[in-house]
Amino acid sequence: MSATLTSQKTAGGGSPARTTTMSRRPSRLFDKAAVNLALIVLALGFVIPLVWLLLAAFDARAGAAVSWPHPWTLGNFNAILTWDTTYRPMINGFILCGGGTVITVLASVLAAYPLSRYQFRAKRPFLLTILFATGLPITAIMVPVYGLFVQVNLIDTLTGTILFMATTALPISIWLTKNFMDGVPIELEEAAWTDGASAMQGLRTIVLPLMWPGLSVVTIYTFIGLWGNFFVPFVLLSSNDRLPASVSIYTFFGQYGQIVYGQLAAYSMLYSLPAVLLYLLLSRRLGGAFSFSGAVKG
Amino acid sequence: MSVATSTAPGARVRRGLVQGLPLTPAVVLLLVFLAGPILYCLYSAFTDMALTGASGAQFVGLANFREAFGSSQFRQSLLYTLIFTVVSAIIGQNILGMVLALLMRAGTAWVRAMVSAIVVGAWVMPEVVAGYMWSAFLGDKGSLNEILGKLSLPGQDWLFSVPILAVSLANIWRGTAFSMLVYSAALSEVPKEIEESATMDGASTFQRLWSVTLPMIRRTITTNLMLITLQTLSVFGLIWTMTRGGPSNKSTTLPIFAYQQAFQLSQLGYGTALALVLLAIGGVFSLVYLRALRLEEVRR
Repeated sequence: MSATLTSQKTAGGGSPARTTTMSRRPSRLFDKAAVNLALIVLALGFVIPLVWLLLAAFDARAGAAVSWPHPWTLGNFNAILTWDTTYRPMINGFILCGGGTVITVLASVLAAYPLSRYQFRAKRPFLLTILFATGLPITAIMVPVYGLFVQVNLIDTLTGTILFMATTALPISIWLTKNFMDGVPIELEEAAWTDGASAMQGLRTIVLPLMWPGLSVVTIYTFIGLWGNFFVPFVLLSSNDRLPASVSIYTFFGQYGQIVYGQLAAYSMLYSLPAVLLYLLLSRRLGGAFSFSGAVKG
Repeated sequence: MSVATSTAPGARVRRGLVQGLPLTPAVVLLLVFLAGPILYCLYSAFTDMALTGASGAQFVGLANFREAFGSSQFRQSLLYTLIFTVVSAIIGQNILGMVLALLMRAGTAWVRAMVSAIVVGAWVMPEVVAGYMWSAFLGDKGSLNEILGKLSLPGQDWLFSVPILAVSLANIWRGTAFSMLVYSAALSEVPKEIEESATMDGASTFQRLWSVTLPMIRRTITTNLMLITLQTLSVFGLIWTMTRGGPSNKSTTLPIFAYQQAFQLSQLGYGTALALVLLAIGGVFSLVYLRALRLEEVRR
């Protein structure tokens, strides 16, 4: 222990030297194995309910119970991969959720900046209101919203639905963005301000690059939330050719009278894919950004 | 903020307006699409508005709220809402999410990637799909009973015997990823030097976690607790697809109860009043957490 301490002191906090000394110790290796084992056990707990979904998707005669598909078949996928069942709802979903996410994230970053950087009298009441809004049960306001949309002729339009979906995601998104922005030290911007940069330049060139990990959490969260949202498009859209994937999944439960489990499972897999891929893509890029924000703090 | 102190009042107002300008898009959206409908909501909670007879909405004062608090079904749904929130969000998602985030920091890269893909995979599953999947899993002929049967343990229809725990379990499965993501981001900002110097001073892993790491991210913990509480309070789709609030209302939380009253029984006024009660509960939880956050600020 004391040897490590002195080596750290002489190295002057240089992290590469320190990590190599620590990882060579055998107890460290054992710890790592235990951690990995614990992670794998927890992951198994999350996977087990998914087994039915994975097996049923490839089983032509799938029911509610788990059964090994024999033979394995892509028939369920073939059956649903049509313009009406899969492609059009997916495209609609991308337009709705992509548009909603862009609006939400842009508006949140802009709104979070004054909330994080300046002191003003309305700040606390405003944040409190935002908080109350995050807990708002959307079911409760859907009827008045429906009335509003009929009156201003936004009912059954993608634009109106995008705007409303963006608004439902906005409170929690502003709250999260503000909190992540608070983590970026203001000193860096003050240096830029003395060099003549405007607040918005500081936001773009200093704050945003540093809060990239937090911002990607907000983006992913918003998109996934909207992607899974069933109730809002169900109420606000009525034309078949505008419905997103979240609503058209209901045809599997309603239209045929009985649930076609295999096709439902196959559809669910395709439907979940964009969100999973988006997360994987972003999490790969998070590694560098994390160490960057850590480096600035010291 | 220190810049504005010595300028004239007029200039200060102008500066305030310029500083507040970026808030505009968010404020406009929130006013038009959220505040407007809520005001309408507030009005209709005090009327006997019904979905069918649109013409005759009478102002009835507090009658809807009196009816609610006098009904045993309402009190039961309040209880189930609290059980659902405490079990699935405050205990389940929060603790499991923290454990996952902490373990992930120490895990090998490929294990980390696999686990986060799986946990986040559960999260991105749409409510409706997750609901049907879990009812297949917990049902009479479901996988859980098959597993229990292999271990020679007695099975049961979990959705029938303990519906509120069944939906809570599904909600933990679905929502843990959010806490995990938030805590992972927060933990990544804890300087490694501080934790390592605690280890040098002879602190055990658990001591270091309890007295160094967790206190450093307590603001994030409080914020996360508030967010997942509010999200869980208004969960609708998951419970609706799994149990529809049954059997005999034993998993009817407030959102389900409000929906049944407003849309199935066409009691729009009564249903909105129930939604307002839900709103108030969310407000109380928010105030508690907000108070905790403010105490933090004072202590710093």
